[in-house]
Amino acid sequence: MANTGLIRENQLSLHQQRQRAAFWFLAPMLVALFCVAAWPLLRTVWFSFTDTSLNDLYGGKWIGFDNYLRVQTLSNGAVRYKGTLVDPNWWNAVWNTVRFSVVSVLFETILGLIVALVLNAEFKGRGLVRAAILIPWAIPTIVSAKMWAWMLNDQYGIINDMALRLGLITEKMAWTANTDTAMYAVLMVDVWKTTPFMALLCLAGLQMVPRDIYEAAKIDGIHPVKVFFKITLPLIRPALMVAVIFRMLDALRVFDLIYVLTPNSAATKTMSVISRENLIDFDKFAYGSAQSTLLFVILAVFVGLYIWLGKVDLSGESGK
Amino acid sequence: MNSRKLINNIAFYALVVVIVVFSVFPFYYTIVTSFATGTAIFEINYFPRHFDTANYETVLGGRTFPRNILNSVFIATTTVVFALFLAVTASYALARVRFRGRGLLLMTILAVSMFPQIAVLAGLFELIKYLNLFNSPWALVLSYTIFTLPFTVWVLTTFMRDLPVEIEEAAIVDGATPWVIITKVFLPLLWPALVTTGLLAFIGAWNEFLFALTFTSQEITRTTPVAIAMLSGASVQEIPWGPIMAASVIVTIPLIILVLIFQRKIVAGLTAGGVKG
Repeated sequence: MANTGLIRENQLSLHQQRQRAAFWFLAPMLVALFCVAAWPLLRTVWFSFTDTSLNDLYGGKWIGFDNYLRVQTLSNGAVRYKGTLVDPNWWNAVWNTVRFSVVSVLFETILGLIVALVLNAEFKGRGLVRAAILIPWAIPTIVSAKMWAWMLNDQYGIINDMALRLGLITEKMAWTANTDTAMYAVLMVDVWKTTPFMALLCLAGLQMVPRDIYEAAKIDGIHPVKVFFKITLPLIRPALMVAVIFRMLDALRVFDLIYVLTPNSAATKTMSVISRENLIDFDKFAYGSAQSTLLFVILAVFVGLYIWLGKVDLSGESGK
Repeated sequence: MNSRKLINNIAFYALVVVIVVFSVFPFYYTIVTSFATGTAIFEINYFPRHFDTANYETVLGGRTFPRNILNSVFIATTTVVFALFLAVTASYALARVRFRGRGLLLMTILAVSMFPQIAVLAGLFELIKYLNLFNSPWALVLSYTIFTLPFTVWVLTTFMRDLPVEIEEAAIVDGATPWVIITKVFLPLLWPALVTTGLLAFIGAWNEFLFALTFTSQEITRTTPVAIAMLSGASVQEIPWGPIMAASVIVTIPLIILVLIFQRKIVAGLTAGGVKG
């Protein structure tokens, strides 16, 4: 495609030729991304302003913001509010998502840093440890949810057995079914599964810190803890910030782990879970669209603020 | 002084042991459980005491699970081939050609890779119904492009940006067109990066759940994650833990082997996508 163009226009500068070729190289990818990302997103937003139902996708009428918030004045003069923005189930899901994301990412970052510091030290069997921590990462989320569901089983679960033997609990607990502990169960599995990812990203950051800095600190007799907080942490901060936002975005849209480990539990239901429930299972297609649109807006605002406030350089362009 | 060093060493290795046990134990226990049947499954054994392959026979001899595995293999492979094909040319343009709006385009691509999948679910559902792809593996190949393509473009761009500019200059002096530069000069150098990104995209497609759950409704069109999530017994109360554990082992072992073989490459690919950007 580019060849014929080049022969005809060889009076164009080399740079212009390359730019023209670049356009054609990018076009197929851009078309593909438009079809699977931009267009469906626009349609979702559109659906959220209609009363479309699952069985009649083209029969919806424009109803404005009614799915989000609708003010009804009853005949007796009382005012009633309806819509997602006054739906306690939605706000419960928002709260669950925020709680899940903040706690899981916090634990994953701290544990990931510890694992990364261990892997950054030189010791026998380091390769083995690195291979071992890759295992939770490689296991499909659904499989890990099922594995842990079995381990956390109230009657025959090994976790209850361990905790009983260690004297941590006095009677067997229904970890995933009990509303008080369901969130802990989900957090436990998520931390187990994604700490390796954090550790690897932290390790990459740690390996970019020149070794002689540590040597100098050692010669000066500075305590290792102080070295960590005064030297290592500031130096790996950029890498850490990027790792945290990647994980945070993953956590804010979590669906599969919660859907499989604690099905239909109001204590863990997140924004993604409640949106899909309305979209597909409850035949409230437009209402679910409104909720997924809100989730998208919340994430976009969060990312924008994070990049702006944290001055995170994601593209790597400025360094080049 | 020496004894303190010894204590430090012991503490360090204790930490190492805790990390390894914590990482490996759940999967180890899954394997142990998968070989226990009948009432043996309800005994809590920290060490393997049974070796009964009945669970594996149940799963693999079942009507649908072998088909689910085939579905997963086909969908993940096609998705990866499709994504790599589109990504190689695009990442050449993004990494090697200066043009206005390049930074913005890169940021857009990164933004798409972070999309909450639920936000496109309704629109994709409509598109798939419109194209008559519901319950077809192509529905999943199409929808998985949303996370595999941006990711492969992004990682391949960072790899290509680091290739020396002299190689390309020599080719340009020899009169090579951009297409020739990509296929004859860069592609041979890119093989390691292609293996890494391809593998990561494959794992992503193999593990995906939300789209697979929503765009398939028949047992034989499901992928393995959905099939495992839906495995049920004769009654609601009777969860078939044995077969679930066996199925889990079957779909996980190939991944673990791949990951361990390509350990270094995967770590490089993950960090290229995450840290350096």
